[in-house]
Amino acid sequence: MNFETIIGLEVHSELKTNTKIFCNCSTNFGAPPNTNVCPICLGHPGVLPVMNEQAVDFAMRAAMALNCEIAEDTKFDRKNYFYPDNPKAYQISQYDKPIGENGWIDIEVNGKTKRIGITRLHLEEDAGKLTHVDGENHSLVDFNRQGTPLVEIVSEPDIRTPEEAYAYLEKLKAILQYTEVSDCKMEEGSLRCDANLSLRPYGQEEFGTKTELKNLNSFANVQKGLQYEEVRQEKELLAGNVIGQETRRYDEAGKKTILMRVKEGSDDYRYFPEPDLVRLAINKEWMDRVRADIPELPDARRERYVKEYDLPEYDAMVLTQSKKMSDFFEVAIGQGADPKQTSNWLMGEVSAYLNANYKEIDEVALTPEGLGKLISLIEKGTISSKIAKKVFKDLIEKGGDPEQIVKDKGLVQISDEGELRSIVSGILDENEQSIEDYKNGKDRAIGFLVGQVMKATKGKANPPMVNKLIVEEMDKR
Amino acid sequence: MSRITKEEVKHVANLARLEMDEAEVEKFTTQLDDIISMAEQLNELDTENVEPTTHVLDLKNVMREDKVQPWLTREEALKNAPDQANGQVKVPSIFE
Amino acid sequence: MFDKSISELHSLLHKKELSVSELVQTSFDRIHTVDEKVKAFMTLNEEGAMQAAKALDGKLGTEEARGLLFGLPVGVKDNIVTKGLRTTASSQLLSNFEPLHNATVVERLNAAETITVGKLNMDEFAMGSSNENSGYFGTRNPWNTDYVPGGSSGGSAASVAAGEVFFSLGSDTGGSIRQPAAFCGVVGLKPTYGLVSRFGLIAFASSLDQIGPITNTVEDNAYLLQSIAGHDKMDSTSANVDVPDYLSSLTGDVKGLRIAVPKEYLAEGVDEDVKNSVLQSLKKLEELGATWDEVSLPHSKYAVATYYLLSSSEASANLARFDGVRYGVRAEAENLLDLYKKTRSEGFGDEVKRRIMLGTFALSSGYYDAYYKKAQKVRTLIKNDFEKVFEDYDVIIGPTTPTPAFKVGEKIDNPLTMYANDILTIPVNLAGVPAISVPCGLSNGLPVGLQIIGKHFDEKTVYRVAHAFEQATDHHKAKPEL
Repeated sequence: MNFETIIGLEVHSELKTNTKIFCNCSTNFGAPPNTNVCPICLGHPGVLPVMNEQAVDFAMRAAMALNCEIAEDTKFDRKNYFYPDNPKAYQISQYDKPIGENGWIDIEVNGKTKRIGITRLHLEEDAGKLTHVDGENHSLVDFNRQGTPLVEIVSEPDIRTPEEAYAYLEKLKAILQYTEVSDCKMEEGSLRCDANLSLRPYGQEEFGTKTELKNLNSFANVQKGLQYEEVRQEKELLAGNVIGQETRRYDEAGKKTILMRVKEGSDDYRYFPEPDLVRLAINKEWMDRVRADIPELPDARRERYVKEYDLPEYDAMVLTQSKKMSDFFEVAIGQGADPKQTSNWLMGEVSAYLNANYKEIDEVALTPEGLGKLISLIEKGTISSKIAKKVFKDLIEKGGDPEQIVKDKGLVQISDEGELRSIVSGILDENEQSIEDYKNGKDRAIGFLVGQVMKATKGKANPPMVNKLIVEEMDKR
Repeated sequence: MSRITKEEVKHVANLARLEMDEAEVEKFTTQLDDIISMAEQLNELDTENVEPTTHVLDLKNVMREDKVQPWLTREEALKNAPDQANGQVKVPSIFE
Repeated sequence: MFDKSISELHSLLHKKELSVSELVQTSFDRIHTVDEKVKAFMTLNEEGAMQAAKALDGKLGTEEARGLLFGLPVGVKDNIVTKGLRTTASSQLLSNFEPLHNATVVERLNAAETITVGKLNMDEFAMGSSNENSGYFGTRNPWNTDYVPGGSSGGSAASVAAGEVFFSLGSDTGGSIRQPAAFCGVVGLKPTYGLVSRFGLIAFASSLDQIGPITNTVEDNAYLLQSIAGHDKMDSTSANVDVPDYLSSLTGDVKGLRIAVPKEYLAEGVDEDVKNSVLQSLKKLEELGATWDEVSLPHSKYAVATYYLLSSSEASANLARFDGVRYGVRAEAENLLDLYKKTRSEGFGDEVKRRIMLGTFALSSGYYDAYYKKAQKVRTLIKNDFEKVFEDYDVIIGPTTPTPAFKVGEKIDNPLTMYANDILTIPVNLAGVPAISVPCGLSNGLPVGLQIIGKHFDEKTVYRVAHAFEQATDHHKAKPEL
């Protein structure tokens, strides 16, 4: 690589308030079009905005969790532009006095920790939803989303690789979820990301011309889009071409970025202070109140998992990446399940199932209690870990009580010595050759015999006990 | 010297989504120039250390509770819409 | 009937000597007789009003009818939204707009059980000083229909002066209540910014707009303000203050009152007749025991430029929502950009376009600091001028306008001369203080207005002085012949 890559990310995250930022309409996702609207969010003549206090609290909470300085004096501004999903033809946003500034988060890439600066976090209103009807010469507007409170989080141009961008987004999402200010569902649009990328020769101080990537619908696509853009820009530069100030989108099917529009100068949004809203004076008391509501954040949890539960660094990191997973873990061990075993299950079987089925932990039937019980059944020797995997499949798909499942399906491990001894004896009778092999020093024969016993018991035999009995019985013969 | 050119008037008209023919551009250029020249009278004043006023009253922290209150039915919401389809407001395509 | 005061009408209704239906019918009869000449009304609510009147007649003589404004007909400026009753702000763009809700002031009038007889003509989106900028037709001055009624609340002032309604609501951004009140010889108050809710007032310049009453007398004015003033949680800029009893201030006593008369308000450009009327009025107030001194509001001459920059900038954003997407008259268009441009160019009149252009320019990249921000700073200086004077004086008095009403067509071609007409009312909006215009004489058969300006939220003193002056003179008794 001849050039250094500079990446900056702009993330929009919807806040999960009950009502919109300036009116009492519900922010409920998925309602029929134009049913969560009122004259205020429709921008009717004569209406006025009134600030939702919860939206301010959430924005402050997010800003604090991102280590931002909180503005003691903040205000709102109008950003003017015409578009059908922007009913007032101005968006109420924050221009020169954002709620939060100068924050940072630590990310980890290839085992190394790196601090990424956050320039600002500000509060604004979301726009309506515009749908283009294929094959028609018109578009349709649904204003349900209009006025949903949104925080815009702008990173410093500290990100140097698409992998770092990915890690930044994962971390940011985790923090926003931990603070419980946003659902961060990209598929529902409650988390959106625009990315800027530019290249500069190593050693050069000045930034190169950047292109902006929009309509990125997953973190993976952010990374892929940036990877493509990095290569594209490098080729252009090496060919002696100039990078144009452009907005591009990532085409998933074609695996490339496509030009959307060329930016001519900077857009003239004619920001000015919103005269219909008054300033916010945020005093220490208000800050303290909001700060008290911030739950434990991922980094703190991760440290605690290593210290308290003796989990490996890596396990602790993976578990705390998602708040839902981490909360699941906490409930399970809270019920007495072994932390290490629980972690193994979550990172192993559970994650494999979720990934294969594109599901989140709260979208399956498995409960922390269920997993906890399953683990204790193994520990007590009631079932073998092999059987446990069968029970798990039932648990994650249909739910239920593991003990009951084990009972109903007759999966209880056979640990009765007398019963097992007679089964072992029978197997030995049928396998004279194996006994001979064993006597000739071929230990492999034991494995074969154990397998035969397991087969005969449909996997229910207690493996260590079978092992022991086979040796005892052969020694007798 | 004119304070605003015809080109600027056209640019501003476009920002404001107003359509103007040449005669109108001419007229608005002259009139805006007069008004802006009057506005430049303010430059006589030294305002270096003066705080700008956005609100005459010093109100702060006016906020409301986060409580849902339904207001309109969809029929009411779309009553004044010039064009609609499937419960949505219809506009010419956003793609050219 | 048309010179009856609110308390007289109330007593007639109370004694059942008059029914609400009769009273409202009287109002419509008068409208049908004179409005052809005055053209104060944009939209009449005859059916709705008569129905409402009938319903109220059933309550006459009961406890429910004891409110002072009960059953009285009122006219509402057409930039104040009325549920289901067409509201156009006198713009062609809104010729078919039926609001989904009432403005807070309308809700409060409804609670007081007044009856809205119709919507009053104005300069389009309240931009203008003559009503010639209405997108429909110009209202005329009832004193002489060759003359303008003033603006932008021209319909509100003319309807009261012509006896079509006993009182009306107007809105005042740079003088839009006081100037037409002065031109039409009625009483108009612009309350302190934040005293009356702006929710439901179609915004022109949000940091300056204020709704206020236009009436025949100061007492009526106080009654009306009493019912519409006070905190509204729907308006974040509405002040959370207790509304005092305005009526109790109408004592007729101004002994010891300290009056400031800004020399800038009687300077060059102010008509001799107007100046004399004001000096006579000051003399009258002196006779009543007040004293006055000449003072200076040194930044007055910058007010017009400051005002036009700020109000136009705010307007450029406030009027951007009129894009033909969700309501209003949408122009035929091939594509989205065309839809915006055609809708707005066909829907807005010249003055509105001019202000949108000025405001867009003043906010645009590279000019913001030089124009918009500069004007915001000068606004601070103008506000400080008032605060300084109010350290030593109770009220500031001067003319409402430099001249009486001018002829229709006289100033329409020159925006700057038209703007200069607001030179004495604009500083009040910039400072956010309350001011009233009361009749103080006639000049060539046209009324002259006296402007009394008070401290923030001191409407009581403004009313006290206006009332004492009114009661000691006969100016308010003069009525136009139609």
